[in-house]
Amino acid sequence: MKNITYTELEGNGTTFYAMALGLIGVMLAGLGSAFYMEHHGHVVTGMTNQVVWGMPHVFAIFLIVAASGALNVASIGTVFSKPVYKPLGRLSGLLAIALLVGGLVVLVLDLGRPDRLIVAMTRYNFKSIFAWNIFLYVGFLLVVATYLWLQMERRMNRFAKTAGLAAFAWRLVLTTGTGCIFGFLVAREAYDSAIMAPLFIAMSFSYGLAVYLLVLLIACKGSGRELGGVVIRKLGRLLGVFVIAVLYFTALQHLTSLYAAEHAGIERFILLDGGIYTALFWLGQVFLGGLLPLLLVYRTSPSDTQKYRRSVSLASVLVIIGGFAQLYVIVIGGQAYPLDLFPGMEVSSSFHDGAVAAYAPSLPEFVLGLGGVALAGFIVMLGLRVLRFLPASLASADIDPHHKATAELS
Amino acid sequence: MRSHTGAGYLAIVLLCLLYPFHTASADGNREPASGVPRPVIARGQGETCVADNDFMRRNHMDMLNHQRDETVFKGLRDEPFSLRDCISCHVVEGADGMAVTVSDPKHFCRTCHDYAAVDIDCFQCHASRPESAGQSGAN
Amino acid sequence: MKENNKKPVREESCNTSRRSFLGSLATAAGISLAPGVMLYGIGKPSSAAAATDGASSSVRWGMLIDLSQCDNGCDDCVTACATENGLRGFGRPETDPQWIRKVEMTNPETGHSKSLPVMCQHCEDPPCVDVCPTGASFKRADGIVLVDKHSCIGCRYCMMACPYKARSFVHEALEDQKTHAPRGKGTVESCTLCVHRIDENRQPACVEACSDTGGGAMLFGDLNDPDSEISRRVATYASQQIRADLGLNPGIRYRNL
Repeated sequence: MKNITYTELEGNGTTFYAMALGLIGVMLAGLGSAFYMEHHGHVVTGMTNQVVWGMPHVFAIFLIVAASGALNVASIGTVFSKPVYKPLGRLSGLLAIALLVGGLVVLVLDLGRPDRLIVAMTRYNFKSIFAWNIFLYVGFLLVVATYLWLQMERRMNRFAKTAGLAAFAWRLVLTTGTGCIFGFLVAREAYDSAIMAPLFIAMSFSYGLAVYLLVLLIACKGSGRELGGVVIRKLGRLLGVFVIAVLYFTALQHLTSLYAAEHAGIERFILLDGGIYTALFWLGQVFLGGLLPLLLVYRTSPSDTQKYRRSVSLASVLVIIGGFAQLYVIVIGGQAYPLDLFPGMEVSSSFHDGAVAAYAPSLPEFVLGLGGVALAGFIVMLGLRVLRFLPASLASADIDPHHKATAELS
Repeated sequence: MRSHTGAGYLAIVLLCLLYPFHTASADGNREPASGVPRPVIARGQGETCVADNDFMRRNHMDMLNHQRDETVFKGLRDEPFSLRDCISCHVVEGADGMAVTVSDPKHFCRTCHDYAAVDIDCFQCHASRPESAGQSGAN
Repeated sequence: MKENNKKPVREESCNTSRRSFLGSLATAAGISLAPGVMLYGIGKPSSAAAATDGASSSVRWGMLIDLSQCDNGCDDCVTACATENGLRGFGRPETDPQWIRKVEMTNPETGHSKSLPVMCQHCEDPPCVDVCPTGASFKRADGIVLVDKHSCIGCRYCMMACPYKARSFVHEALEDQKTHAPRGKGTVESCTLCVHRIDENRQPACVEACSDTGGGAMLFGDLNDPDSEISRRVATYASQQIRADLGLNPGIRYRNL
């Protein structure tokens, strides 16, 4: 196997600058949204006393969960020593940091008192999984930064495996923590379950890889670098496995819940008559985010590289759409369903007891979420332009030790 | 040559650092000779504050930070723990005879805080004038 | 390039001067820090005296609400709470705060219905306290669950965690708050059991209103004191807690639920 050369992006074309300016514009709009929400109070958003976490949290949790999953590719290369994944590791680390920063910024800017961030970073209630998550998120940034440095500094490469192992373990704990934000809530029927943790881990694998694939495809295409069929095939098949894992845990969660009479209400709500939540669950999460990507990945013949590349790209986009749908159902659907203070009784009050809560996401919430996505994208663009994250070539002949020159189109 | 230039720079830096103090006077409220405006701080009601002016100027923020925990966590609400007493003494009347809120620059806390450009966090939650003062500034 | 005759001399002098440098550095650091440490130790208030004042864990405040005396159409407790704490609605029921509300409960099998006041239940093991990342949501020594608005960052996690939907988020800027009930935009709030009244040995506003003009259904007192009226009544008559199955042991109990 040849030595891999990593180079910075050329980054001097019109497209590059146009993209960068576009991302900066969206980031500024997101910042403006945050100021607007903070100045007027959350009354200008769609979030209420019934649905307290809304669109910004859907975006933030997606970004954070995808961040931990994006690191997977590097882990497979370092920890599990798969040679084809090794050249992909640096981009994986960069993407993980970028996505996490984007998610955290959205989360912090949505706080009721974002000026009190310093309080959140100095006063901790260690019984709160939220407090632990603050440590896990910041620690993740440091661990991945160290891991990246050890990968990129050739003299330190021999320590990269230890760092990779630490990063892998850390991200599992981090994603467990994120899942437990919901799993620890005894009050809400949609959440109170240990399965939230492994479900979130499966989701992180799936979304993280989908985002990684798209970024890799765009970066290589944009900079004219070769991306071999072997990489696409391996990542595509891996995506299929992760999508199956998410479908499995989702099915398990709902089947177990359906078995309990006390949860009949919430299951009926999500699966049958919840309106938008039901539509997003079946159409968005299961079909667009699950079955269709599986069809694309497994039914397209891998030997037709161009077609397979298109299928995998489309599958990645669909997984991301399905991911947003899934998080919308989890975060917002779980809150829309009323709390059951008096089991078996019908209740009503002036404080919206007993009624399904209405929630309509507002523009500031969307723009704030998109601002976080733009920030993540900008960090990736900047990183690729300034430092050597991307291999000069990912052609199959260059990176696959077992590659045989066959009659491939690539 | 090198040491002369170094000494020159040092002299300029020292002059810049020490200049503001050449007009320092015992009573901070009076206009100093240089004409730099000082905040006009309204006199509070009653004889004295809970501590003397110099101490309060330097330490009122620490007092507030400490006392508020005593009130919130232990329920101790009387002097010296009471923000309500601070506000009722340091009330400032507006043009219409009613006590001003913190949105008016004449508010007691704002006279200094505006001058020092230090944000006040208290009055997002706490009322900035005594409760009955909605009708009249006089207690 | 090696100057063998010079090297040993330089090394020796480097070693000793480095050692003495570190020594003097340590001394300087010690001299700088020692007065601060000493003053800190002197300046700390003696905790013994402070700890005995104020709220104490020998008391546990609670309420007993007798629903047979609670009228379906009466909401004096709700009005009193709003007046006492300065809760002003803005005509936006989805985001307006409500610390106590009347819940109408109908049994779909039998058609029987009743109404009851629901507020923060002041649990012994509050989930809102467990989940607050900054510790702003806390339980006072005497059992009252409160929000320390100085530390609240407005993350609303406690609102997700509360099984009783007790908490409200302040969605808009407020003015002229009640002096005894500070509340502000961007923080979370809930029934304080009128802690400012309790600290002055008075009753919560809802209890006072209920006994003055309402049905006289609400009783407030010290659950830890076996001689208090409330303790005697809960020992005599059956009373329930809402969602007792969650094991939170709320301080608010209901008769004839």
